[in-house]
Parts: sequence; C-alpha cells; structure tokens
Amino acid sequence: MAKSRSELGQIVTGVARDPLGLMGLIIVGTIVFCAIFAYWIVPFDPVGMNIKDRLQGPSWTHLLGTDQLGRDTFSRVIAGGQVALQVALPAVFGAMAIGLTLGMIAGYGPKWLDNLLMLFFDTIRSFPTVMFALAVVALVGPSLQTVVFVVMATSIPTYGRVARTQTLTLRNSEFILAERSMGASMKRILGVHMLPNIVGVLAVLAAMDIPTVIALEAGLSFLGLGVKPPTPSWGALLKDGYSLIRQTPWLVVGGGLPIILATLGFTFLGESLRDVVDPKLRKQR
Amino acid sequence: MLLYAIRRFGLALLILIVAVTVMFLMIRAVPGDPVQIMLGPRATPELQARLTAELALDQPIWKQLLIFYGNLMQGDLGIDVFSGRSVTAIVFEQLPHTLALIFASIIWSALLGIGLGAYAAAHPNTLIDRIAAALSVSFVAAPAFVVALLSLLIFAVNLQWFPAIGAGEGFWGRLDHLVLPAFAIGLSWVGYIARLVRASMLEVMGESHIRTARAFGIHERRVVMVYALRIAILPVVTVIGVGMGFLLSSAVFAEIVFARPGLGKLVIDSITTRNYPIVMGSVLISTGLFVVSTALADLINAWLDPRARTAA
Repeated sequence: MAKSRSELGQIVTGVARDPLGLMGLIIVGTIVFCAIFAYWIVPFDPVGMNIKDRLQGPSWTHLLGTDQLGRDTFSRVIAGGQVALQVALPAVFGAMAIGLTLGMIAGYGPKWLDNLLMLFFDTIRSFPTVMFALAVVALVGPSLQTVVFVVMATSIPTYGRVARTQTLTLRNSEFILAERSMGASMKRILGVHMLPNIVGVLAVLAAMDIPTVIALEAGLSFLGLGVKPPTPSWGALLKDGYSLIRQTPWLVVGGGLPIILATLGFTFLGESLRDVVDPKLRKQR
Repeated sequence: MLLYAIRRFGLALLILIVAVTVMFLMIRAVPGDPVQIMLGPRATPELQARLTAELALDQPIWKQLLIFYGNLMQGDLGIDVFSGRSVTAIVFEQLPHTLALIFASIIWSALLGIGLGAYAAAHPNTLIDRIAAALSVSFVAAPAFVVALLSLLIFAVNLQWFPAIGAGEGFWGRLDHLVLPAFAIGLSWVGYIARLVRASMLEVMGESHIRTARAFGIHERRVVMVYALRIAILPVVTVIGVGMGFLLSSAVFAEIVFARPGLGKLVIDSITTRNYPIVMGSVLISTGLFVVSTALADLINAWLDPRARTAA
C-alpha cells in the first residue's frame, strides 16, 4: 500500500473521532488482543477436561460456568477468538488478493476475458453461501482448511466485481492515458498506478466482510461441519450449548455473545473506516 | 422490456448451466470411488458393479455429464441410495416448509423495516431516528443462527411462549411454530431494510414531485405515505430478490436450531449419512431458486424503473 505512515495515522484518528468507530476500534482491539495472548489470559486450559466440575453455573472460579466435560467456558470463549481470526484473516486476505487480481484483469483486459470472468463471478455468487459450504464439506470433509477455502471461494466475486468497476473507471482517467501514451507497460500501469487507488476501497470492504466470515465459521462449527473438536470455536461452544440448552443456558450465552460483539465491532469499524477513507460513499447511503 | 427479459433469463440459464457443471465436476474430482463412498466399505462387489452401471460411472466423463443433463431435463435428480425413492420427490417434499419460513421472515421484516425507515426519514435527526439507526446497525450485526439460539433459550425454554421444535399441525399450529424461526431469520433484515428505505426516502423527499404535492396542500402524512414511499420501496424489491441466497442460508440454521423439517435439515441429515444424491439435489434446487429469484428481482426493477433496462 502506498499510504505513508502519517496518512495511516490520519485514518486512525479519523476513525477514533467517530463514537461508533471508537467503539468498533475498542471491541476489535480487545478481540485481537485476546486472540494473540489467549494462552496467557485463560484461567484454565481451554481443552482440559475436569469431569468432577462439569456443568457448573457461573461462579468466580468459572466466570461462564463449565460444559459437559468440565471445561471452563470463559477460557474456551477467549481461545475461540483465536480460531475465529485464524479462519477470518487468511480467508479475507486471500479472497481480497485473488479478487483484486481477477477484477483488475477483467477491467483492463480484453472484452472476452472480462465476460468470462464476470460469468465466473456470477456463477459462484449463484450458490447460496451456506448451501455451497455444505456441498463442499460433504465432499471433502470438515476441517479448518475447508472453512477457509469455502469462505475464500464465496467472497472472491465481491472483491473481484468492485476491483473491476474501479479499474474500468480508472482506465479512462487522464493520468492513466498519460502513462499509456508515454509507453508504460501494462504491468507498470496496473501495479504502480491503479493498485494504490483500488486497495483502499477493498480494505474497507474486507473490514465489513470479516463479521460475515466469523459468523460463517461459527455457523459451520455449530453444525458440526467446521473445525473439529476439541478445538474451542465459538460455534462449537454453541453446539454444546444447544444440545444442553435446558441444563446449561450459559453455554449458549457464552458462545453467542462474542459472535455478536465481534460482528458489531467489525461492522462499526468498517462503516467508520468507509466514511473516513471515502467520504463520497457516505452520500450514497 | 421483452428483449431485456429474454436477455436476463438467458443469462440466468447460462449461469445455472455453468453452476451445475461446476458442481458435477466437483463431485467427480473428489478422490475416491463414489460408489464405495455411497455404499460403504462392506458392500459386495456385485452391488458395487450394479450401482456403477446405474450411475453410468463406467462411461467417459463427457458422456456422464450429458446423461446427467438429460435426466435433469426430465426432472430426474437421481435416486436416494438408502430408500430407493426419487431425489426430486424427497426434495420437493421438504421445500414448502423452507419456502413458508422464508416468506414469513421476509413479510414481517419488510413491513417493520419499511415502517421504521419511513418514520425515520419523515423525522430525520430526532431521537427516534437515532434510536432506529442504532438498532438497525445492531440488528444487522446479529447472525441468524445466534439469534435463533438465543430466542430459543429465552422464548421457548425459559418463558415457554412458543414451541421449541417441529413445524406444527393445522394452520394455527404451523403459524405458532413459525414465529421464532421467522423472527430469528428476519431480525437482521429489519435493520437493513429500515436503513435502505430511510436513505431512499430522504432522496425521494427532495424530488420535485414531492414539492409539487406539498405545494398543492396535500396533507404531509399522505405525501409521505403515498407519494414518497411508493418510490422509496423500490430498492427493497431488489434487495429481497438478491437476498434470497442469504435467506436460504439462514433457513438452514433456523431449521436445525428449531428442529423444523425443510431443505436445510434435509441437507444436514444427508451429510451425516453420506447420502450424496440428496445433498447435491438440494443444493441444486436451492441454487436454481436463488438464480431465478435474482433474475425476477432484476425484472421487477426494470419494469418499475425503465432506466435499469439499459444499464444492465
């Protein structure tokens, strides 16, 4: 990214000045902090069983109670954040990189290639996301990699289409025409002149996309088709909570709240980021 | 308009063909013999040979694809390995439950969302507008399956206002069983639609025909409710059509959480029993539903707003 450090600083200050943006920043910051330092924060081993203390209600020792195997729910919630980000970040960045490349090719390349890529995007988008995920899981089996792949595959078209539109708009702008008339190579035009103008918009899109990805991972894990037990995913917590909903309501609350909080945080941050990075978009709302 | 409709449905058909082919190839690309996966490790060689011939797996891949399309044209999605029934029949048996759930969710969330959005636009920057905006963002943030679980916990388990599982018998029983799942799916749409209607309402309110209506001394409530709202709800139509995919996805979770019969529950159950023909049949039908609804939304949009016809 060609943004200088001061420019990045300006963006952060801009986001922090907006109350919703500040809230998003705090929530996301907390989640990221907890995810990075998860194994120093957790009071108990998130996968350690302790049958004697199973199905306990919230107490000072176990803030959110324990599950059917005596595992501390609070520790599992903290460690679950790590899993959520482990899926969300590579998936979103992967999708962004591939979408960006394909989108720029579609926007700058020949018309037939554009049509072909658009058909490709439209085809992927024609599968309802969860149904597509279920089909893939049914075929290759559940795992963390499968979830990352599904998320990547289904969100490539979103980034691709936006990158294509941006490229098409930039293509006929004066500074690109000037570059072309000076005989700049296609690689130089795309990489040096167009890329910096597209990345900002896509980054905002990515921030807004992370909650969807986190929810999808949690959803698949809830169905028992995401990460494998005993990995502490928020969705897996909800799965345990669901089967024991009459005995241990705190499991459902403990698994559900972080998902809602994470979604809120990233949505606030994304919206605020959009307003700061591209004030034009705000008017279209 | 007719030309646009033909072109739009042509595109939908093309997308569907590519999607089906991709799915077909995906199944074939998976390592392992599909027959062995379907029948399990203890099947006799004779049984395996018979199923291989039945599924035409001994033919070259392009021929398999042709046979697949041939069957598809006749509405034949294959045979359920376990019960021997037609996959089409099984899927269409479950589809009405899912459709009822989706429509119930759209109806309540669209009515409430349009009302909230219109009210907020008519009274911009008041306390109620602010509250509606904050609620919208929070609602949008709540994934359907988390809402489903929490509402199951609160309204079915703790308060026992609504039934927790099943689809119910008779009209009132069915309606009673629809409340919580439809609430869970619709909640995030309320906020989304409210924001959409508010934004487009504010735009419409600034247009000259609204000024003219006001100049004629028409009552403000009539101006808002009749003249502005009629145009402002156009984007909602498109959003619902395109949102069909999200609705189908949310329905999967709602059906699992509330143990309702439907397409989603069918797929999940079939994955657990490794019943591939049913999984693929369901995914195919839901994809078809999504593609058609997106195309329909575009058509309705083009019919209501002639400018959209040339844009696409």
